[in-house]
Amino acid sequence: MFKVVSKEEIAPKFHRFVVEAPEVARKHRPGQFVMVLPSDDGERIPLTIAASDPGSGTVTLVVQEVGKTTMAMGLMTAGQEFFSVVGPLGTPTHIERFGTVVCVGGGAGIAPMLPIAGGLKNAGNTVLSILGGRTQELVILREEMAAVSDEIIHTTDDGSFGRKGLVTHALADLIAQRGNPDLVVAIGPAIMMKAVAEMTRKLAIPTLASLNSIMVDGTGMCGACRVEVDGKTKFVCVDGPEFDAHKVDFDLLIKRLRMYIPEEQVARERFMGAHECRATAGIARG
Amino acid sequence: MADEILGAPELPKAERMKVQRHEMPVQNPLARIRNFFEVALGYSAETAIEEAQRCLQCANPPCVKGCPVGIDIPAFVDLIRKADFEGSLAKIKETNTLPAICGRVCPQEEQCEIVCVMAKKYKPVAIGRLERFVADWERDRGLVSTPELAPPSAHKVAVVGSGPAGLACAAELARFGHKVTIFEALHKPGGVLVYGIPEFRLPKAIVTFEIQNLARMGVELRGNFVIGRTATVHELLNGYDYDAVFLGTGAGLPYFLGIPGENYIGVLSANEFLTRVNLMKAYDFPRSDTPVRTGRRVAVVGSGNVAMDCLRTAKRLGAEEVICVYRRTRNESPARREELEHAEEEAIDFRWLSAPLAIFGNEEGFVTGMRIQRMELGEPDASGRRRPVPIPGSEYEIAIDTAVIAIGQGPNPLATKSTPGLELNRHGNIVVDERTLMTSIPGVFAGGDIVTGAATVILAMGAGKQAALGIHDWLARLARGEVIKPQLA
Repeated sequence: MFKVVSKEEIAPKFHRFVVEAPEVARKHRPGQFVMVLPSDDGERIPLTIAASDPGSGTVTLVVQEVGKTTMAMGLMTAGQEFFSVVGPLGTPTHIERFGTVVCVGGGAGIAPMLPIAGGLKNAGNTVLSILGGRTQELVILREEMAAVSDEIIHTTDDGSFGRKGLVTHALADLIAQRGNPDLVVAIGPAIMMKAVAEMTRKLAIPTLASLNSIMVDGTGMCGACRVEVDGKTKFVCVDGPEFDAHKVDFDLLIKRLRMYIPEEQVARERFMGAHECRATAGIARG
Repeated sequence: MADEILGAPELPKAERMKVQRHEMPVQNPLARIRNFFEVALGYSAETAIEEAQRCLQCANPPCVKGCPVGIDIPAFVDLIRKADFEGSLAKIKETNTLPAICGRVCPQEEQCEIVCVMAKKYKPVAIGRLERFVADWERDRGLVSTPELAPPSAHKVAVVGSGPAGLACAAELARFGHKVTIFEALHKPGGVLVYGIPEFRLPKAIVTFEIQNLARMGVELRGNFVIGRTATVHELLNGYDYDAVFLGTGAGLPYFLGIPGENYIGVLSANEFLTRVNLMKAYDFPRSDTPVRTGRRVAVVGSGNVAMDCLRTAKRLGAEEVICVYRRTRNESPARREELEHAEEEAIDFRWLSAPLAIFGNEEGFVTGMRIQRMELGEPDASGRRRPVPIPGSEYEIAIDTAVIAIGQGPNPLATKSTPGLELNRHGNIVVDERTLMTSIPGVFAGGDIVTGAATVILAMGAGKQAALGIHDWLARLARGEVIKPQLA
């Protein structure tokens, strides 16, 4: 079992877990993820590792509540345990001294960006970060990202913080002012990564995207996560999660992510129903 | 005791031949396609004893030679006749640690039963069903018999993978007195026995019971541990300080067809389909959290045992039309006859001589249909089977909601690719010494599907056992200082 050492809500519906997983912490490299099965009869979900500490034997995971499994995780408290945490999985990010790297993180994608930006910074790169969210409080891990970035730009859809607009607008302006960076790394919703890829392709700027497809085992056994890269079928869990963003068929990825939307809805409603009942019962008794 | 069961007398040889082979009681097809309970119900003690009476007790029994692990079949069968079920099981366990599993999934019709002398004129003794009977008899009574263990040695062995090869290897090593740790990537042990083979063919409680027996023998089990990611083989030998490693990582890499449209939503590998249902209990969604969707019409491509499992699983999940698409005929189908017959009884629509050409989908990316080419059989190919040849102009389309690709699996490269110095063949399978099953790295052994390509449970178990002997011998030489462990590069 994998004990939750601490858990805090860092933004509405965003939870940061520090979890005991000594072997994973020891081997983790930026870009890698774990498969988490919160409970025995649960679902295995991929979560990118936001930080690891081999000394204390812990990994940090940032979880956004989107479905039943992540909502249930949102109700967990420190001291409880995950049934299974396995990893580190996936091919680590290729890190070297590229020169100037722009890290574009959107929403929950900021969490996996953190160790990558840190790794790039340590390798001597100039790291310029663009972090975006719907509104101020959803631009997560701002301090942590600031610590590994030479410069940082924030964007919000509603203009409540930083500049109003999308991360792609900020990226376009940055490139217009400073010229082409040596590398762009984009992690966020598939639609965001697609927009970044389309922009940088025209400018021939090498771009990496970390894909977030549906997985079951995470070790290359099932193929649920398959995507097309350069016209070839790849498994995100072992060949990725990072790929040359200019060669990824994002439209296919976006479609495949919708596979289980009706079932996700059923599970979510069932879960919320169960928890409303409990809340009501509590009030009635209280 | 009221329920004491008496054995049966030894019949004269001529009399034995008059006894008919006993059919296996099964769930009615109409009932069983609505549940996931086991299809074959098992012999009663009386039936088992009567069946055991049929054995001719050959002086030079061909069945033993037909068994990949060389079980003393006449001896265990005769103990059943005498109603000494405990003794019978102990006899089997001298050579086979997983009888409840082998009694169910071994292809006896190609191994021990095909060479049974009774089979020449009559039907063979139902060896598999008898093996299953005694194993179930023990489990049903909560009796546990663990084999005798040698005094503890000073050696530690890492077994990678908890499928049939790893389990058999671990059991054998534990018997030799070695300290064994099994490393499993998934959260539950059993490998293909739990993620692949469905409940209706091999109840998971049986696998759990067998694995608990291993734990009683002192074998340690570590789940959630991926060799090649969580630690490498070289780290097992050095940092983790194991004296030898056995790789039984199986054939876990799904093959796809390489035809257009294969990435539409609703096209799944057999591994994904079966893992969702078996390991993750998707049949119980939304009570369990992992979903699977079949829709009304499901096509399964392929006709091996895995394809049969997918077809019959789809039926049980409620699909109305379940279609098997296979480019050869029933005769060339690699599935066990018993599995084929069960699938036929369950109203699977078999389209023999049908090769998928393309998969279609809609705007949203969901699969909607499959184009199929009619084939005919031509000249024999390299496998000796007549090669299927397309019939020009015979293409037709079927409407489907789900396609499951069950055309085989290859070796998963996670463990092998992360092990420098490990010799592989061109398919990615590990090359081993035929006798010891040692790989190109001293102290590292391998067996099962990772060496042979996808094969059977019993062959993997046989390999696990054989490797245990190789490892035992190597550890003795290590203790004498004749060999050294490879150091981390």
